[in-house]
Amino acid sequence: MKTYINLIKSSFDDFKRNKVRTFLTSLGIMVGVLSVVLLIALGLGLKNYIQGQFESLGANLLIVFPGSVFSDDSGAGGNFGAGFAGGASFDEKDVRTLKKVPDVKYVVPLFSKSMALSSGKEKKLGSVNGSSEEAFEVMNVEIEEGRPFGKGDVLGKAKKAVIGYTMAEKLFIDPKLAIGETVKANDVRFEIVGLAKKKGDRQMDDGIFVPYTATYGTLNPDKTFFNLYIGTVSEETIQTVKVAAKEALLKRYNEDDFSVTEQSQILSSVNQIFGIINTILVAIGSISLFVGGIGIMNIMYSTVTERTKEIGIRRAIGATEKDILSMFLTESVVLSLLGGVVGLILSAIIVWCIRFFFPASLNLVAVLVALFVSSGIGILFGVFPACRAAKLSPIDAIRYE
Amino acid sequence: MINLTNVSKTYLLGEDIVRAVDSATLQIKKGEYASILGTSGSGKSTLMHIIGLLDKPTSGKILINKKDISKLNDDEISQLRNTFVGFVFQQFNLINKLTVLENVALPATYYKKQLDFNPMKRAAELLEQFGMEKRLNFYPNKISGGQQQRVAIARSLIMSPDLILADEPTGNLDSKTGNEILQILEDLNKKTGVTVIIVTHEKEVADRTRRQIYIKDGKVVDKY
Repeated sequence: MKTYINLIKSSFDDFKRNKVRTFLTSLGIMVGVLSVVLLIALGLGLKNYIQGQFESLGANLLIVFPGSVFSDDSGAGGNFGAGFAGGASFDEKDVRTLKKVPDVKYVVPLFSKSMALSSGKEKKLGSVNGSSEEAFEVMNVEIEEGRPFGKGDVLGKAKKAVIGYTMAEKLFIDPKLAIGETVKANDVRFEIVGLAKKKGDRQMDDGIFVPYTATYGTLNPDKTFFNLYIGTVSEETIQTVKVAAKEALLKRYNEDDFSVTEQSQILSSVNQIFGIINTILVAIGSISLFVGGIGIMNIMYSTVTERTKEIGIRRAIGATEKDILSMFLTESVVLSLLGGVVGLILSAIIVWCIRFFFPASLNLVAVLVALFVSSGIGILFGVFPACRAAKLSPIDAIRYE
Repeated sequence: MINLTNVSKTYLLGEDIVRAVDSATLQIKKGEYASILGTSGSGKSTLMHIIGLLDKPTSGKILINKKDISKLNDDEISQLRNTFVGFVFQQFNLINKLTVLENVALPATYYKKQLDFNPMKRAAELLEQFGMEKRLNFYPNKISGGQQQRVAIARSLIMSPDLILADEPTGNLDSKTGNEILQILEDLNKKTGVTVIIVTHEKEVADRTRRQIYIKDGKVVDKY
């Protein structure tokens, strides 16, 4: 133990004498660790974000998408783009059909469209989300001020809106001032009756919620919906409802035109997609770690040459081959770890900063992997130079000038 | 204590085979104060390196305290270099990034068993013995040659070796300082009984020792 402390201490003594070189060498590892950790953090953050979106939808939920987006056989995102771009659009008839399926508690349609929203003074791009009063429960939207729209508003095609927090800030500066004001989407005026709590979801926060019936007309001329959310009475009935809902919709659509998906299925697809993305990101980051490792090897070789005489002296006074080997190996590991730790601290700072506008999260696994990998690189790339140092003949080394 | 029998060392220099040491047979007893005398290129340094276990002979047998060196592995040979021999070099060979005190204590870090003394304390005592007590925290390149050689002698003594091998210890010093260093080595031999072998090309240096070993063209000869 004491020997190791001595070895580490003497490594640091050497680094102090070669500050610039130490810095430049560990810079390679630093950048490598930084890129790996940062890419993992971004990938994970994005994954958690998207996962959270689906998880926040509430349990016992089936989602009907156009196209075969999440169908069982097409696998993860098999038809993602195609499904979202075109595919079937659903309408009120489908809502009624699905409501008749046994064990269905509610069917919530969602129409969503990006457009300019205007308060009269300000004009910002946002989304208009047309849905039913049950949407607040299904999508976990809570009301900060005012009230949600109710069943009566939906039936009465009332032009009432609940405004997302971020959009309210953009249009009215103080979000609470939004209540009672009007917001114009295209040429349709909505009266703002409620302010939604911040949810961390861009589509919800940066838009307005209106009764789907109020979008009929210029906003939604075809009277169609993008998604349908089916709530079941209990967890046990999800599978039977899923089958029954599919059968009901097949009477009207082809198999490829829609898909009925459980939340868990979406989550596993999200996991799968991000698993692949993360692997690619780590592989890209690893390239810079590898280059950093070569930098360490390079500098260790030149250190060995530079310190040949010292190696000879140490051998003459009793150092074994193993002593010399561990001396240089410790040095390369400490050098590499130093870069690793600094890289880690930097990535923690960067992650903390970008969290304000991009979901990123640093996890323990990434931290441990970074430290483990950087010390591994120290060993891997330090072992050849260290072996060369250890195998120097004492007499040749001590004569070296 | 040391027995060399028909020890030879050859190496290739380009296409020529150089016989640096040629069938040397030699015995050194405990407590001797001896010198190895030869011209430059005579093979005296190679012989010293072989005796000091820094170099391996091409052929021949070396016994140290009746133990055959050829049967020892690197760990065991290193341990002998650590405890059995102490080196004093012409170039001093101190480590410049370590202080005088750290240099003297350094061999103790390579001792694989439990030390029965405090290396820093012992190093300070040895340095004081050679009048270096005011230079403990100096770096070797900040002190004179004579002082560096005293530090080297202190370092050679820290593990209480049986043998001190001094390779041209006065070669880089003026004659007055050289004399002081020789005096230190002589006193050590007299007071502690440690075996001292001085390798030199100067007859005057060799004459101060009790036994002279002549070496010429790699061979140990009776007369120079």
